[in-house]
Amino acid sequence: MTTQLPRTAVDDHGQHDLSVRRQPPSGAERKRLSDLPGWLLSSTTVLLLVIGWEIAVRTADVSAILFPAPSGVIEALVTGFTDGPFVRHTLVTLQEIVYGFAFAVVAGLLTAVWVTSSRLAEKIVLPIVVVLQTVPKVALAPLFLVWFGFGMESKILTTALIAFFPVLINATLGFNSTSSEQVNMMRSFGATRLQVLTRLRLPTAVPSIIAGLDVAVVLSVIGAIVAEFVGSQAGLGYLIIASNTSLDTTTMFAALVVLSVIGLTLHYIVVLAGRRLAFWSEENRSRHAGL
Amino acid sequence: MSEPVMVFDHVTKQYPNGTVAVDDFHLDVADGEFVSIVGPSGCGKSTMLKLIMGLEPLTRGSITYRAQARDESAMTGMVFQQPLLLAWHTVLDNVLVPSTLQGRAQRRADEPRARELLAMLGLADFAERHPYELSGGMQQRVGIARALLHDPRILLMDEPFGALDAMTRDQLTMDLLDIWERDRKTVVFITHSISEAVLLSDRVVVMTPRPGRVADVVDIDLPRPRTLQTISTPEFGRLAAHIRSVLDTAEMVTA
Repeated sequence: MTTQLPRTAVDDHGQHDLSVRRQPPSGAERKRLSDLPGWLLSSTTVLLLVIGWEIAVRTADVSAILFPAPSGVIEALVTGFTDGPFVRHTLVTLQEIVYGFAFAVVAGLLTAVWVTSSRLAEKIVLPIVVVLQTVPKVALAPLFLVWFGFGMESKILTTALIAFFPVLINATLGFNSTSSEQVNMMRSFGATRLQVLTRLRLPTAVPSIIAGLDVAVVLSVIGAIVAEFVGSQAGLGYLIIASNTSLDTTTMFAALVVLSVIGLTLHYIVVLAGRRLAFWSEENRSRHAGL
Repeated sequence: MSEPVMVFDHVTKQYPNGTVAVDDFHLDVADGEFVSIVGPSGCGKSTMLKLIMGLEPLTRGSITYRAQARDESAMTGMVFQQPLLLAWHTVLDNVLVPSTLQGRAQRRADEPRARELLAMLGLADFAERHPYELSGGMQQRVGIARALLHDPRILLMDEPFGALDAMTRDQLTMDLLDIWERDRKTVVFITHSISEAVLLSDRVVVMTPRPGRVADVVDIDLPRPRTLQTISTPEFGRLAAHIRSVLDTAEMVTA
């Protein structure tokens, strides 16, 4: 707190005798809404929006084909999961996402190791990867449909292809972020090339890899759904298309809710894994300090 | 002088781009001797350590060293400019990195020794902490403990206190003198600080920059054990002034 004491004696140059004193602020500190925890504020906001949506739909009497009420969507979810087709479709899509993501992670990490440990591979493979990355991967979904049929295989492949690039690029960045001094340190203590990889470059790359996985997991959901749109017999994407043709908008919304839950859950799994594995990283430590 | 443990035989290092980092460097280091290499940046000091460690190939000449050890990596211990600790390991695991590279059994066998070293360096209570919880001086102590793990006869130090503040630096310099007095390892210490070199060494090799050449080798006959008070003796001042003048002349010649 600053208190300016009364002015006295003005001199020729218009200067006053000034004095500044700092002291603790008087009175209780004002409570602000932003002091409340973030999760409470955001979930309250969402709840209020949903209630507003329900009220708006009811008072304006909007047709369920255009905009179903939240209560209707919840009802569709409950019946869909108890004696409807939701369990089957969710499991199909979930499998496509998880398998596709897993393939992308394994292939992306292996390619990153290959590219970063061989200068020849880096010079040959990396430019090809950069060019391939600009191809819109979802555009290949119809092709995979022709090659691998209407089953899960074509969806897994589309998902894997979309999720592959962020894994590869972030892992490559991560593997290359090891300083040459650190490599020299390991080698001076007798580390082999393999030990430098497993004990230095891989752990160093973990924060970067986690960032790549986070992008990849969200893209995996998109990949699986788009692939199902192109042609499928099961899955939440199939369900959305099917309910779209029958103008069952409520079911579409319910499928969207399930997809969001899947996306959020997978994202949090990656985030939590990252906090455990890369507890030492700059980013995670500043997060702790901020809390 | 007894038979030298380290022989630099007319070492020359030229990089592929034509830069001559080290030119005709010749030096014998006796067993248990503390030798400092002093010079301005660009005199090839750090290149010299890379050559010793075999991290860079020599262009001409040879470097030979011998010591009793289990294997080649245990002959020498190296302390770097930066602590270069592994952020995901605890302090104890960082000290044990050289053992871990030899397998789990070796790591288990060396753990008591690692704890002993940490205690000696005043870090006993920090064994289970992570590097980011330590100050810069403490991190460098961990780096020193790691270099001493296999009790190497030869200790190589590349401006180990260069990144520290003045007070921490003095403290670590005294700690190093202490450690060295115990079992008189052969030390090759690279620094750009004249007073650090004089305070620590038996001999100081003064180098000129671009190309790195030996300008003078100065015997430091100050009595041991030395303390920070040694710095204020006239003899210390005379030696430091002499090295300073050698460096200045050398720089004038190349400039």
